[in-house]
Amino acid sequence: MADTILELKGLRKNFGALKATDDVSLTLKRGEIHALIGPNGAGKTTLMALVSGKLPPDAGQVLLEGRELTALSVARRAQAGLGRSFQVSSLVSEYSALRNVMLALQSRQGHSYRFLRPVMMDQALREGAREMLARVGLGARASVEAAVLSHGERRLLEIAVALALQPRCFLLDEPMAGLGSEGTKALVTFLQELKSEAPILLIEHDMDAVFRLADRISVLVYGRIIATGTAPEIRANPQVRAVYLGEETPA
Amino acid sequence: MSLALVLEQLLNGVQFGLMLFLMSAGLTLVFGVMGLINLAHGSLYMIGAFLCAALAAATGNFWLGLMAGIAGAAAAGALIEILVIRRLYARDHLDQVLATFALILILSEGVRMIFGPFPLYLNVPDMLRGSVDLGITRYSLYRLALIGFGVAVALGLWLLIAKTRLGIQIRAGESDREMIAALGVNIRWLYTVVFALGAALAGMAGALVGAIQSVQVGMGEPVLILAFVVIVIGGIGSIKGAMVGALLVGVIDTMGRFLLPRIAGLFLDTSQAMGVGAALASMLIYLLMALVLIFRPQGLFPAHG
Amino acid sequence: MDNQRKEWLLNAGVIIALFAVPLWALAVGEPFIITLATRIAILAIAAVGLNIALGLGGMVSFGHALYLGVGGYVAGIAAHHAFAGTTVMGLPGTNQMLPIWVIAMLLSGLVAGVVGALSLRTSGIFFIMITLAFAQMGFFFTLSWPAYGGEDGLPIFVRNQFPGLNTARPWDMFLLAYGVLVAALLVFAMLRAARFGAALMAIRQNPDRTAAVGISPFGIKLVAFVLSGMITGLAGAMMADLTRFVSPAMMAWTMSGELIVIIILGGVGRLFGPVVGAALLVGFEVFFGGLTEHWKLWLGLVLLAVVLFARGGLIGLIAGRERHG
Repeated sequence: MADTILELKGLRKNFGALKATDDVSLTLKRGEIHALIGPNGAGKTTLMALVSGKLPPDAGQVLLEGRELTALSVARRAQAGLGRSFQVSSLVSEYSALRNVMLALQSRQGHSYRFLRPVMMDQALREGAREMLARVGLGARASVEAAVLSHGERRLLEIAVALALQPRCFLLDEPMAGLGSEGTKALVTFLQELKSEAPILLIEHDMDAVFRLADRISVLVYGRIIATGTAPEIRANPQVRAVYLGEETPA
Repeated sequence: MSLALVLEQLLNGVQFGLMLFLMSAGLTLVFGVMGLINLAHGSLYMIGAFLCAALAAATGNFWLGLMAGIAGAAAAGALIEILVIRRLYARDHLDQVLATFALILILSEGVRMIFGPFPLYLNVPDMLRGSVDLGITRYSLYRLALIGFGVAVALGLWLLIAKTRLGIQIRAGESDREMIAALGVNIRWLYTVVFALGAALAGMAGALVGAIQSVQVGMGEPVLILAFVVIVIGGIGSIKGAMVGALLVGVIDTMGRFLLPRIAGLFLDTSQAMGVGAALASMLIYLLMALVLIFRPQGLFPAHG
Repeated sequence: MDNQRKEWLLNAGVIIALFAVPLWALAVGEPFIITLATRIAILAIAAVGLNIALGLGGMVSFGHALYLGVGGYVAGIAAHHAFAGTTVMGLPGTNQMLPIWVIAMLLSGLVAGVVGALSLRTSGIFFIMITLAFAQMGFFFTLSWPAYGGEDGLPIFVRNQFPGLNTARPWDMFLLAYGVLVAALLVFAMLRAARFGAALMAIRQNPDRTAAVGISPFGIKLVAFVLSGMITGLAGAMMADLTRFVSPAMMAWTMSGELIVIIILGGVGRLFGPVVGAALLVGFEVFFGGLTEHWKLWLGLVLLAVVLFARGGLIGLIAGRERHG
């Protein structure tokens, strides 16, 4: 199926007796935003770690455009085309916004085993990075250290870094967290455009944003996906309503 | 090479291992509970040995010296914790390494100023002089007593950690530092006690070993580095790992020094064999550490998952 | 004046002073001071090596004396065989510094590769203990290996040669050390500014992030560790030639500690941190060593104060925190 970019097949991860990820399968298709929601402790973080390569699964596969990634390290998966943003902003804190994006570009363009040419004199790298910053609206903040940027700016820089990787798909881990309503609105618009570039697997707490943005939604509870469907389908799903609204599941 | 000689070396290895355990247990506790790497642990070993030697010489009583060594090292440990170490818990490992390296310089030079530049000698207590008949071989009574002592202290430590209130707090501290604060345990006090406990064990080891080696400045650091090897092999923060690692290191090092020159002697002439064998033997435990790193980088008994 | 300018002025002052003081000593006939400056320069080279691993990569190696010792023994063993006219593993000895340097760097790089590959499987406190332990293995190995002096060490009867210089003269030996130091500083500056340095410094600050953009931390750190060991190994070969003696003491854990202390006194990760730190340490030793035999006690107190209260070292005190642009 050429339209499937990212595919998770039967992923499992146990921590002792706890089934943190229990037989999770899902697909991410070209041009779509597939949101993953679920109550706290549902296993979203674990699943993200399995997809990005931070944790090895006990069973199952991660496929990107049909290519098996399961045995690859975090760095290899990023090279293969997984563009990840972190739930808690995780940037190179002493580097400026520009250098953070340049680091991603440098990795995208080739290897980092170059010892001679000063990276700050690499105009192509600088220009490329400026472009990414401009796209997320951080053009004016290029020379500011990541540690000094505001919370919202750091969230945007996370996106710019993911953009610079020109990934085959994006893994965005709660990009709206702490953005405020203005910021969220702007980001929703931005992500709607972004998905045509590469599909987005979105983990997000902001339900409003999820239901506005997502083409498909999967609901994760106790490590299992209990439902997958469009926004209206998920809204109407009795099991989902039971989990989120505490309604009784019809027996 | 007789069976008697092998048995004697084996016992020497166990005795050496148990003394290493006393050093390693304190180090690994301090790391497990406070997350601190303490290079000055060897200085506490030295302090224990010097106090024991000085007091034993002054009073003629080894046991008074031993008590002074243990108490003095514990007191020095508590003082160091309160004055310096306390400021390092939140710092990175580089700061911890440097500050405790500075402490080594200060303590070594301080001991040299007080006791002078020459080694002290500590005699084995009268009641433990001589040797006992073990059937196959005669063995030094003092070394045999060290083995018994080491086993007793290990048991005591196990009881302390498994059965007492302090032990519960220590175990809680190892698994979750915020948790014990939330439970209302006085963390500052707990940290000082744990550090002093580790210091007392180191001081005890120094005093006990002081009677079979010379007591001199710089005696602590080679033992400290061996204790690091023990901890890497055993797994950091684990008392059980420290025990297994210490016995492995003690026995393998001792047997290597005993056997390798003899094995090399089968292929080379005697003088060459002694050299090659000794050089290889000196590397043996580090090679063991390398093997553990290749196959179990977290050590044999990792404490944290 | 902004901090970057201050640092550049300070650096320029240091590198000029390190040349001018021995030049003055040459004019007034004080060879002791020339040799002191040479020792500072060679220690600084060793610390430049460590600064790659520790300063740029955040790898707290407490075992860099191992590479110093490997380099030292290469110089000592080569000279020993050249002097005796014997061979080692089928190769003749040599009294030429250039081939000795090449072999010293290759061999210490190889040793650093093995130690790095093993110790980089872990991190943090484990890494410190393992690098310390492997250096101790080198120490005990040289101590018990009788062929090259064992405990007594190995003398270099005639200092090894360098084309165009008379290395027996203190001034010539100083020029050599100074030249290599400048080259080492250039290499460090180049590495730091290049893509490799960008990746390495990013790994120090945030390894997870760096992996997530597709740069594998292990490979970058290992290469940095090997380069670091090679430069320290080169310093070891020069140190052996300066003192015309190599012994296990060169690999002692205290030597590893001193190298770290040098970097801390000067400023971690700063280009001139090793030079400033080496000058401070040697100066401290000479000055306080002349006043009291217990100078190490005072060194310990100063070091403790620096760690607790002046984290950036001397360069940090003068020029503030470093900026990466």
